[in-house]
Amino acid sequence: MSAETSTVHTDASGHGEHETMTKGRIWKVFFILLLITCVEFFIALVVAPKLGISSTIVNPIYIVLTLLKAYFIVAFFMHLKFEKVGLALAIIVPILFIIGLILVLTNESHYWIGLRM
Amino acid sequence: MSTTVAQPVDEVKSTPWSGGRSPFEVEYGKMMMWFFLLSDAFTFSSLLISYGALRFSAPVWPAPSLVFQSFPGLIEHGAPLVFVGLMTFILIMSSVTMVLAVEAGHRNSKKEVIGWMIATVIGGLMFLGCQALEWNHLHSEGFWWGHIPNKETMQEFFAKGVPLTQQTMTSHQFANLFFTITGFHGFHVFSGVIINIIITINVLLGTYERRGSYLMVEKVGLYWHFVDLVWVFVFTFFYLV
Repeated sequence: MSAETSTVHTDASGHGEHETMTKGRIWKVFFILLLITCVEFFIALVVAPKLGISSTIVNPIYIVLTLLKAYFIVAFFMHLKFEKVGLALAIIVPILFIIGLILVLTNESHYWIGLRM
Repeated sequence: MSTTVAQPVDEVKSTPWSGGRSPFEVEYGKMMMWFFLLSDAFTFSSLLISYGALRFSAPVWPAPSLVFQSFPGLIEHGAPLVFVGLMTFILIMSSVTMVLAVEAGHRNSKKEVIGWMIATVIGGLMFLGCQALEWNHLHSEGFWWGHIPNKETMQEFFAKGVPLTQQTMTSHQFANLFFTITGFHGFHVFSGVIINIIITINVLLGTYERRGSYLMVEKVGLYWHFVDLVWVFVFTFFYLV
């Protein structure tokens, strides 16, 4: 029995009968991405200049919206949500190292600006 | 007290990691594409984080809403984000046609795969065309690797009263980073278009039909979505922030 399942899992197509992307779902994700981009434009062109909100408040909002878009692209378009958890972790966990570089270099850049001013 | 049940010595273990099958249940090439994209993600994040560090450390920076305010060929001034919005839309749209090609591949529908692949190639070419216009516009203003606009033009990109030395310094940094990062991304788009064309030709020749699976379309699809993903970040950090 186990031999049978192993041949099923190693066949060339690589995807079984589990959940996958349908046409409807593809368009749904597209509209979500479009909507998020429109919200970003709305903030950048209308909300921020009219209310005079400073960039320290608006920028984190942009970054959150960007990460949200990234999630939808990776999870649905790149199909990672429907892959084995092991594969998803093998991709996502190393990405976390980038946070380390961000922290180090933002800290360093504060030092640089101190030297320059 | 031996409560251990005697196991047959030759019993085959069937857990995902016992060998004899792919524990991730993906084909070798697809997994390698994922690992390549991971390494590429590190490259792009290094570039973008360096950009962030240099920008944080600069007392002033050319305002994106003033640098990118033209729609080449149509509007000269006062239209910030409009052109880059179009570029973003084109790239997201071509990502959608790519998933539709993958979806058609799952159903082994050769005709639909060809249609969506051609649409994806056209989307990629349109994006590259827009990028060429954008570069040409900035170049005509005087920006290039190691080059910045003359004093009068440069002043338009800064708030009043910013000292000229600071303007010169950050404009140089901006120009070098902008052309390097969008250039590196554009080169990825260019390679993606070439790869998509090769795959489309293979689909037309019936290579994957004979192979019985359109997995190759899925693999180049991963690359193409990654290019779109990087653009989402470039767009945010160069044009919005």
